[in-house]
Amino acid sequence: MPEPTEKTTPGAKIAYLAGGAASTGLIAGLHARLLLFPPYRLFVLALIRMGFSGRSLVIAVPYLWLLAFFLAPFLIVLKISLAEVVIAQPPYTPLFVFIEDGFIAIQASLDNYLFLMEDSLYWKSYLSSLRIAFISTGLTLLIGYPIAYGMIRAPKRWRFALLMMVILPFWTSFLIRVYAWIGILKKEGLLNLALMQLGIISEPLTILNTDIAVYIGIVYSYLPFMVLPLYANLEKMDLSLLEAAADLGCRPIKAFWVVTVPLSVPGIVAGCFLVFIPALGEFVIPDLLGGSQTLMIGKTLWSEFFNNRDWPLSSAVAVILLLVLVIPIVLFQRMQERSARAEA
Amino acid sequence: MRQGLTWFNSASLILGFLFLYLPIALLVIYSFNESRLVTVWAGFSTKWYSEMWNNEGLMNAAWVTFKVAFVASTFATVLGTLAGLIMTRFGPFRGRTLFSGMIYAPLVMPEVITGLSLLLMFVAISLDRGFVTVTIAHITFSMCYVAVVVQSRLITFDRSIEEAAMDLGCTPGRTFLQITLPVIAPAVVAGWLLSFTLSLDDLVIASFTTGPGATTLPMKIYSQVRLGVTPEINAVCTILVGLVATGVLVASLVTRRQEMQREREERAAQAAP
Repeated sequence: MPEPTEKTTPGAKIAYLAGGAASTGLIAGLHARLLLFPPYRLFVLALIRMGFSGRSLVIAVPYLWLLAFFLAPFLIVLKISLAEVVIAQPPYTPLFVFIEDGFIAIQASLDNYLFLMEDSLYWKSYLSSLRIAFISTGLTLLIGYPIAYGMIRAPKRWRFALLMMVILPFWTSFLIRVYAWIGILKKEGLLNLALMQLGIISEPLTILNTDIAVYIGIVYSYLPFMVLPLYANLEKMDLSLLEAAADLGCRPIKAFWVVTVPLSVPGIVAGCFLVFIPALGEFVIPDLLGGSQTLMIGKTLWSEFFNNRDWPLSSAVAVILLLVLVIPIVLFQRMQERSARAEA
Repeated sequence: MRQGLTWFNSASLILGFLFLYLPIALLVIYSFNESRLVTVWAGFSTKWYSEMWNNEGLMNAAWVTFKVAFVASTFATVLGTLAGLIMTRFGPFRGRTLFSGMIYAPLVMPEVITGLSLLLMFVAISLDRGFVTVTIAHITFSMCYVAVVVQSRLITFDRSIEEAAMDLGCTPGRTFLQITLPVIAPAVVAGWLLSFTLSLDDLVIASFTTGPGATTLPMKIYSQVRLGVTPEINAVCTILVGLVATGVLVASLVTRRQEMQREREERAAQAAP
């Protein structure tokens, strides 16, 4: 967008030069447009100042890519969350307005964030996401722990096959695995059919389009994330500790609670974070399995963007979601570092 | 205390794996159902597969998806391998913390945020949405997975071999191609496979970043699923599951055989005087 007013800034000049020199080729054209963004531009300038050594070029390629397509997009979200929605293309107000004489006015408003606090839909979505993620993490632990424990008790020659069987569903499509549950859980689905034939229930249960279906979907989809760290942790456990406990007269069940569970706490915590963090921002599961009253923030963001076309507001929802996620992510990072140091 | 399975261990393993595999097994079985109704079994039939084959929209979407996945995973493997190498072999440099942050952050970023931010970026640089934008988006998140996989292999890899090569006059580039790359090759292949399946699987990010003419298979499946379960979609899903399962099984068996061979050779080398 080389508008005449922008040429006064040095960045626009670089973009203009690069654009002129490299008007051919997709990558070159992309590079020219990306130079409009401060982090990318600063990095390119630093690179030029350092000189093009082989080493800096190797670093530069993935670095530039991530700056351009990870950091810069995120800064744009931050910027647009401070804008207002307008009917135009693009549908938001610009943050910087170029006035005559080279002055720049900043047009930022916190209206979107204020709106998020006022409208109960949004904070209810955040709370409900936290609740659903929390409950499903607990359920995943309850189901995953016995599986991981069974795996380490199995004969050694089975372990590779068992491990493969846990990993394999993780590779198959997420969407397909969620879809598979629709046919099972719906009113005339296979679960109701089986239960009615067995005479356990006389009326079909309504499970699909409720929160229960969302719990089932999350537990099912993220079970490998829970089992794998638990298995990795339990495998390292010294089984002679259990023998010692038994020799000292401890019953197996008590030995499990007194010896095995405390030793596996790092695995439990790692597994819980690995389930909780992605479950919080989940979209596909609540959308396909949940009902209209299932509130999750990923779903709210999606409908705000695709149905209401309010880009600034959905950006603000994204920023807040990220702030909510930062706490568990930082905790997880700290814990991983501590256990890495303990092992070293 | 004896090593072995109690009845509780066996029961939890059997129930656990039933829970993991039964839904997919049912999906596969019912893709061969003659009837359109999911709950009524009306005999074996492959008619949904031929119907799927003749569904032009579905086949186009499948073609687009495979193209995107192939291009994206190849680029992601190159960029991700470089990134893994930088994190383990390049020592300190300015902006390293930011770099490793940018490698790990996409792994925990909710897909809705990644998709939204990339879309807003593409609009801001007025890049037309379509095949190119979806591919860029997929490269960006898959390269981080590749970087982590390659990095974990490089950490366990004995550096002295690389140092020996350089002492003998190999340039860093040649050392990488002749020494490092062959050793980390299984991790690189695993990274490529992982990127390929991630790209094949992605619904949310593709929905944000795609444009007219570049509808991917997951998007097609998603829009059909919202209308209800159909045997045709079951057939598509069965083929996808079959492809991925075969690929992963073959890859893991090959790496396991290589590992066992290496162990045997190491043992033989140690046994020799």
